[in-house]
Amino acid sequence: MFAEKYSDEIQAILSKYPPEQRRAAVMPLIYLAQREQMYVTKQAMVEIAEILGISSTDVASIVGFYTLYYDKVGSTYRVQVCTDLPCALRGAEQFLEGLCNNLGIRVGETTPDGAVMVEAVMCLAACDKAPMFQVQSGDGLSYHENQTVESAASLVAELRRKAQSKRRDGHGR
Amino acid sequence: MDADTGLPSQSQNGQYLLLRHRDTPSIGELEVYRRLGGFEAWQKVITSMQPGQVTDVVKTSGLRGRGGAGFPTGMKWAFIDNKNWPHYVVANADESEPGTFKDREIMEGNPFQFLEGVAICAYAIQANAAYVYLRGEFWQLAAWLDRKIAEMEAAGLLGEKLFGTDYSLHIYTHLGAGAYICGEETAMLESIEGKLGQPRLRPPFPPSYGLFGKPTVVNNVETLTNVPLIIEHGAEWYRSLGTEKSAGVKIFSLSGCVERPGNYELPLGTTFRELIFTHGGGITGDRQVKAIMAAGASSALIVANEEALDTPMDYESVPRVGAQLGSASVIVIDDSVSIPWLINKTMHFFKHESCGKCTPCREGTFWMMHLTERIVEGSATLEDVELLQDVANQVKGKCLCALGDFSTEAVLTGIERFRPDFELAVAGSAVAN
Ligand SMILES: Cc1cc2nc3c(=O)[nH]c(=O)nc-3n(C[C@H](O)[C@H](O)[C@H](O)COP(=O)(O)O)c2cc1C
Ligand code: SF4
Ligand code: FES
Repeated sequence: MFAEKYSDEIQAILSKYPPEQRRAAVMPLIYLAQREQMYVTKQAMVEIAEILGISSTDVASIVGFYTLYYDKVGSTYRVQVCTDLPCALRGAEQFLEGLCNNLGIRVGETTPDGAVMVEAVMCLAACDKAPMFQVQSGDGLSYHENQTVESAASLVAELRRKAQSKRRDGHGR
Repeated sequence: MDADTGLPSQSQNGQYLLLRHRDTPSIGELEVYRRLGGFEAWQKVITSMQPGQVTDVVKTSGLRGRGGAGFPTGMKWAFIDNKNWPHYVVANADESEPGTFKDREIMEGNPFQFLEGVAICAYAIQANAAYVYLRGEFWQLAAWLDRKIAEMEAAGLLGEKLFGTDYSLHIYTHLGAGAYICGEETAMLESIEGKLGQPRLRPPFPPSYGLFGKPTVVNNVETLTNVPLIIEHGAEWYRSLGTEKSAGVKIFSLSGCVERPGNYELPLGTTFRELIFTHGGGITGDRQVKAIMAAGASSALIVANEEALDTPMDYESVPRVGAQLGSASVIVIDDSVSIPWLINKTMHFFKHESCGKCTPCREGTFWMMHLTERIVEGSATLEDVELLQDVANQVKGKCLCALGDFSTEAVLTGIERFRPDFELAVAGSAVAN
């Protein structure tokens, strides 16, 4: 399924690496497999393994090693607030708490509609623009810098609307 | 003049050398970059210089690695094993050290100068392929670089038989997926190869055994962005910037309790005082500076007394105040901050990022995080502080890669140099009990 649906993109990815080093394509292929639902299905891992000539256990261990890959269904969007040292010195922890209070959830929880999960993460290389967070979805990552609780809450509201229409269009969560 | 501060903060006659987009915001467009002399160095090396000559110029310039270790760049290129082929270049754009945000600005603002540096390095070691390894969070940045690379290909600056010679070069981006350890060069190579991002035993070093087992040069983004200038203006010119042993300019990422956090491009050897007070606008609010970390979360804690503030930020001087310059990610800590709290923050980071390959680091970061947690919560005794120190000493020097040592820096120097903060935290628990 995966292999057929994305055959052109898979070929383009493979062409970046020497033919005898196909395994090097595993990371971009996992991103591709995660695009629609923000997690990698067992089936996709098997197909990636076949394309690369490695075992699906190998693929699963790569998925497990890196924090931006997921092997389970989760929220449509992840709001990842940096609370690492430099940002914490500029009020990032209070910002995260304020945002969670505003949304009525705790850190690590998802809004009741399943749309947005809010979590704390390590440094995102934007320490001079705290408070800041990134939004991860299956098809990308975006940075949001110099935030206030209000600006972040209105972005979350927008993400929840988007998630709803995504679901209506049958893209799953 | 600096747009933000109105101060002459640029490195050379009021002109930026690396953050050139601050002078010319459209420099990320190919025609603008070329109009300003961009890719002339690239054409010059291919059409008129031997690879070894390029390496010699970089050697003479005194350029040292900007990724943390400060290793002489030209010397690294000269180590490449010419009996084993093909060769590769890997540009380290992992930028995950807390407090570091300079490579991102370079690649966003001045992408062609960086890519030109990658290309010149590739020619110097006769590599036909180069990979730019970006941390996974730089997703949009990778897409941006892909477009810039495509523009270079379309203009005949990358691809086959460049400038009518037999030399070919392709540059590819490769996205990581959230793992600080992949900034360590051998973990990065494993990661590109599609394996777990865990460091290799060294030696052999990448110039003899690197990507796919082939000779490889790994250099930081900022390091490579210096290279076109060195070719264009010459090694002597570059040496004239900075100090005798720390040549050139450096981007200092300034963060923490300062009025104007941000990137500052300054000559190596600028003092902490000038960075923090002149450029950074001083400490936020009514506070005093208490401590400085010069190399992000991996730093020793510098006691911010007058002597420390007057210390030049270069590779030789920072060790005099018991620390390293590293990637020059200067985190400023004011007198409202409790050092045990700060150390607990760094321990969360290192415990999260330890790749788990060696026991002292895996177990040690776990214990140090829990001990600092107890101290911060006010449920620890002085013995716990001794224990914390013991654990750190058992990790230090016993690990496969430098992450293990990094995790002990703030712990050991914090206990040694800011002891009253620990006594206070522990006394708090005595009262609470
Ligand atoms: C745990 C760890 C993380 C590192 N992270 C980075 C990084 O994000 N960027 C970087 O350029 N170098 C990083 N380094 C240093 C690299 O291993 C390597 O020394 C550097 O890329 C060499 O390039 P340079 O000589 O141009 O500095 C890290 C090292 C360690 C031990
Ligand atoms: S020191 Fe830590 S990060 Fe480095 S290899 Fe060992 S376990 Fe991994
Ligand atoms: S500490 Fe938050 S982006 Fe660096």
